[in-house]
Amino acid sequence: MSALVLNEEQAMLKDAAKGFLAEQAPVSQLRALRDTRDETGFSRELWQQMVEMGFSGTLVPEAFGGTQFGHVGMGQISLQCGHNLSASPLLSTAVLGVSSLLLGGSQAQQTELLPAIAEGRLLTALAIDESPRHAPWRVATRLSRDGEGYRLNGRKLCVVDGHVADWLIVSARSSGEESAREGISLLLVERAAPGVSVERTIMADSRNAALVSFDNVTLPAEALLGVEGEAAAVLEWVLDVGNAQLAAELLGIAEEVFSRSVAYLQERKQFGVTLGSFQALQHRCAHLFSEIELVKSAVLKALQALDASDPEAPQWVSLAKAKACEVAELATNEGVQLHGGMGMTDEFDIGLFIKRARLVQQLFGDYRYHANRFASLRGY
Amino acid sequence: MTDLDAFRQQTRAWLEDNCPQSMRAPVTSDADACWGGRNFQFQSEDQKLWLERMAARGWTAPDWPREYGGGGLSRAETKVLQEEMARIKARAPLSSFGVWMIGPAILKFGSEELKRQHLPPIIRGEIRWCQGYSEPGAGSDLAGLQTRAEDHGDHFIVNGQKIWTSYADKADWMFCLVRTNTEAKKQLGISLVLFDMTTPGVSTRPIKLISGSSPFCETFLDNVRVDKDQVVGEINAGWTIAKYLLTHEREMIGGMGRTAAGQKTLPQIAVEAIGLEDGKLADGYLRSEISRWDIDAAAFALTSERVLDEAKAGQGVGAASAMLKYYGTELNKRRQELNIALHGSQAMVWEGEASNEGAMPRTWLRSKGNSIEGGTSEIQLNVIARNILGLQ
Ligand SMILES: Cc1cc2nc3c(=O)[nH]c(=O)nc-3n(C[C@H](O)[C@H](O)[C@H](O)COP(=O)(O)OP(=O)(O)OC[C@H]3O[C@@H](n4cnc5c(N)ncnc54)[C@H](O)[C@@H]3O)c2cc1C
Ligand SMILES: Cc1cc2nc3c(=O)[nH]c(=O)nc-3n(C[C@H](O)[C@H](O)[C@H](O)COP(=O)(O)OP(=O)(O)OC[C@H]3O[C@@H](n4cnc5c(N)ncnc54)[C@H](O)[C@@H]3O)c2cc1C
Repeated sequence: MSALVLNEEQAMLKDAAKGFLAEQAPVSQLRALRDTRDETGFSRELWQQMVEMGFSGTLVPEAFGGTQFGHVGMGQISLQCGHNLSASPLLSTAVLGVSSLLLGGSQAQQTELLPAIAEGRLLTALAIDESPRHAPWRVATRLSRDGEGYRLNGRKLCVVDGHVADWLIVSARSSGEESAREGISLLLVERAAPGVSVERTIMADSRNAALVSFDNVTLPAEALLGVEGEAAAVLEWVLDVGNAQLAAELLGIAEEVFSRSVAYLQERKQFGVTLGSFQALQHRCAHLFSEIELVKSAVLKALQALDASDPEAPQWVSLAKAKACEVAELATNEGVQLHGGMGMTDEFDIGLFIKRARLVQQLFGDYRYHANRFASLRGY
Repeated sequence: MTDLDAFRQQTRAWLEDNCPQSMRAPVTSDADACWGGRNFQFQSEDQKLWLERMAARGWTAPDWPREYGGGGLSRAETKVLQEEMARIKARAPLSSFGVWMIGPAILKFGSEELKRQHLPPIIRGEIRWCQGYSEPGAGSDLAGLQTRAEDHGDHFIVNGQKIWTSYADKADWMFCLVRTNTEAKKQLGISLVLFDMTTPGVSTRPIKLISGSSPFCETFLDNVRVDKDQVVGEINAGWTIAKYLLTHEREMIGGMGRTAAGQKTLPQIAVEAIGLEDGKLADGYLRSEISRWDIDAAAFALTSERVLDEAKAGQGVGAASAMLKYYGTELNKRRQELNIALHGSQAMVWEGEASNEGAMPRTWLRSKGNSIEGGTSEIQLNVIARNILGLQ
């Protein structure tokens, strides 16, 4: 069991990501993307720089051109993205795309696509949810045989970066009842393929999510990622990988909003004294500090468990996502309240953090979803 | 094989040979624990044997120096010993304010003579200590204490009253905060002194708690003579030592938030108490409350582990003890409330063999003291806000 501290390499990656993102992708960049209603929703130039920093290949094995720094390493980047609200296809491509290919992909699929991702030539998006609340086995999208290949029909919600991805990774059902784990497959679908239509939805956090429909899309046999009808285990692990990174991002958001709020209380004067001198506010901050300390531990444990392929990793991931959701919600709510009227203004960044936090909370399961899963995994 | 692996193998073998079977189960109550001291009645021959064997190796204080009778183990070796004990569910051989609190303070601040006098008996469990900090007018505001020590050349004459002294009636010695300078700013006139509870002028009176037991006392100090060589550290510099000692106390109390090795987890208790339906606890509302607690408890256990790992890696978290004390004790109180809810009216049975003499309601009520003793939750939040967050 490894110690719950970063090793030297991971600490260096954290520092590098911290310096780089604070300089190249601060909150003001997200604000600018929002205000100009940018079509891509992130800066391609920034993404190329992130590729050069090796971020896109953090989970990619060296044999495919990656740096293989692992989940803890990637977590340090996600954490800093949370601090800066940096917009990029890191999650959709470097996390979800890479892990889908690593776990489900054939040798041929990996050889073709992984180096392209590491080099920044390719974007992917994971299209799985069909209902507003995350429910990965609630799949009605139909996969039917069509000669040597397949035919795909259905509709997916909240596909992050779906409008810019070159390849979509889509879950579909060829058998089994809706909500059954059995009968689900994962498929690689080109966004440009006939029958695929994508409608970009701009979310409250000003990021991208798309509504994607498949209308009699014909696919070759090689489109299958893994074994037909047996993708649930792969998908579950991919979601664990994604949720661990989202938990790290939520931790970054909570830490950032918290330190900004504390700084505000130290500066702002009312009643002739700084707000920080009021015990009613001190105690709320001290409690929040303690909660954030718990999130740090849970997130690090989840990331380490994924790196170690620990069979208990799903439990640790649900713990981390649940706790991170709960505390990010508290931190952002307190952030607005402690800033008083200023916290309600668009000019202050706090509002951007609260909007981003809620979306990340909902993505792939919120507190309730993961608390429920945690209990089930612990046998009660 | 590394030295540490070799140490693990030897330790495992030694524990296997030396830990009596009956000592391989969690302590169930205060009365079940081994407190040692001059007047201690051992509950069983095994309990006595286990203490003697561990003490002989210095493993009641594994990381203290060998020259005072300690185990002389490194941090890594201490962790191995703890892991190996947890593996066979071995209980602590000794519960001791000496080991937890005054011992570390004497080690850090005491004179060589004090170390030689007090540490070996603490390690062997021969002397039981109590803590004389609080006074009727000085609880949270500890530095406001009034107990006076008058300078008589080679000794002090101490007069005053202490309160909430846990186990004062059973203890052999007290470590006590006294005012040695009434002129100075209140933190600067305090000294930490040690005296035997049989010294003329020391008397105690038990205070009964809501749990029905009375581990507490009022302690009266009436012209008590304390030799100056029993002052820990410098005269008038006791406040720093008092705070150092409180840090140890808080870490220890904060540990209550963790489930001890071999103890049943709350979810396990819940499954036994209300059963499963389709693999889920039969009561949906309780299930969500228990998973909320379980999530916090698991994240808290990881945090305690991380704080230790960071300390080992030299990345100390300032005032982490206040955070662990605050969260751990609140968590334990929540655990006790859920435990009561799980057992319904049965949980309120106060007397009777089958209820283990009311262990459940008494443990629940005792837990209310967790967020008071050693500094209240509110005081911990003050410490975090001021010392860590810089809010003033
Ligand atoms: C939607 C909206 C509409 C408004 N409309 C109007 C309007 O039409 N006209 C108008 O005049 N004003 C209006 N206001 C302003 C509103 O009255 C102030 O925002 C409010 O009184 C708080 O003051 P503040 O923003 O300066 O916060 P601050 O006083 O700076 O407070 C910041 C934080 O510190 C806390 N705090 C402050 N003092 C203490 C203390 N002594 N003890 C403990 N905590 C403390 C506060 O509760 C808050 O959480 C509006 C505000 C909002 C958000
Ligand atoms: C089980 C148990 C064992 C103990 N064992 C010992 C022992 O062995 N030796 C010993 O010396 N003492 C012992 N104590 C005493 C303990 O240290 C004190 O009870 C504690 O420090 C609180 O002091 P108090 O009881 O005087 O409460 P008070 O200080 O009167 O506090 C009352 C309430 O006011 C709050 N409060 C006080 N000051 C502030 C502030 N500045 N800001 C916000 N809130 C505040 C407190 O948090 C508390 O809720 C023990 C106590 C308990 C419950």
